[in-house]
Amino acid sequence: MRIYLLILGMALVTVIPRLLPFIALKIDKIPSLLRVFLSYIPFAAMGALIIPGIGDSIPESTTAALGGTIAATLIALGTRNLLLTIGGGVFTSALFLLF
Amino acid sequence: MTSSREEFFQGITTGLPVFFSYLPVAITFGLLARTGELDIFQTVSFSALVFAGASQLIALNLLSLGVSIPEIIATTFLVNLRHLLMSASLITRIKETPLLPILGLGVTDESFAIASLKPAPVSAGFLGGLQITGYLGWVVGTAIGFGAGQILPEILRQAMGLAIYALFIALLAPAAIRSRTVFVVAIIAGGINWGLALIGLEQAGIRIVLGILGGAAIGTIMEHKGGIKN
Repeated sequence: MRIYLLILGMALVTVIPRLLPFIALKIDKIPSLLRVFLSYIPFAAMGALIIPGIGDSIPESTTAALGGTIAATLIALGTRNLLLTIGGGVFTSALFLLF
Repeated sequence: MTSSREEFFQGITTGLPVFFSYLPVAITFGLLARTGELDIFQTVSFSALVFAGASQLIALNLLSLGVSIPEIIATTFLVNLRHLLMSASLITRIKETPLLPILGLGVTDESFAIASLKPAPVSAGFLGGLQITGYLGWVVGTAIGFGAGQILPEILRQAMGLAIYALFIALLAPAAIRSRTVFVVAIIAGGINWGLALIGLEQAGIRIVLGILGGAAIGTIMEHKGGIKN
């Protein structure tokens, strides 16, 4: 029940920003300063989610988490591929957990 | 109107890269939801009703941290507020039709980017085809991920804890290398979150919201004063 409440709440607050301009706006009149601010929210969100949570991402081993983090960063920069980055990071962490 | 069917199928074709780029993230979401406390109906409903990759992964992360439901919804609102601008920009480039508002439901970063690269006016049929293709990739990938999660060995399931962060790294690292401002914004936001945790602010949701606001404010100041462009 709690999860469905979350889903419906998230659906509502996700739909409102997506839909509102389609209903209310004819011309884009958002101030440029606000536009700049909003453009940085995804990067700020990812930064705030990675730090410091990534250190605790694998409760069984901080070393495995950090090893996977370094591998994921290198793969991300080398390949720009989401699946390879996720797979490589998880695989590296699994190796740390095995040995 | 005679070519609206053609435009729809052109949208589907153009949407195939979106379909395939959503699959791994959706599979990751399905896997992580499975390793969390969600069942198959909750997991698929999540993707079918919310259709927002980053905030769904963030929600799983926050759920695992024990953050309250209202805080997660508030964080989701903040994370997805950028769609307000995308929709506002998009509306000026679409042909008017009575069905136009429905297209607002399918706005994502990826479909927006593709539609914005297409010469105006973009037809409703094209945009609809583009969005439906991405949507199918997201929902189908979620179900596949949930199914595959059931056959994972113990070590891999522990290591999967990194997957959500590896995804964020995959999205953030290339952008942070390209733009010093993006790099600083992410570090400041993370630093605020970490710093507030160190001084004893327990609610992760509030810390993250403050981190996001602080990071985005720094980015705005840097770009405004230095004229730094991405």
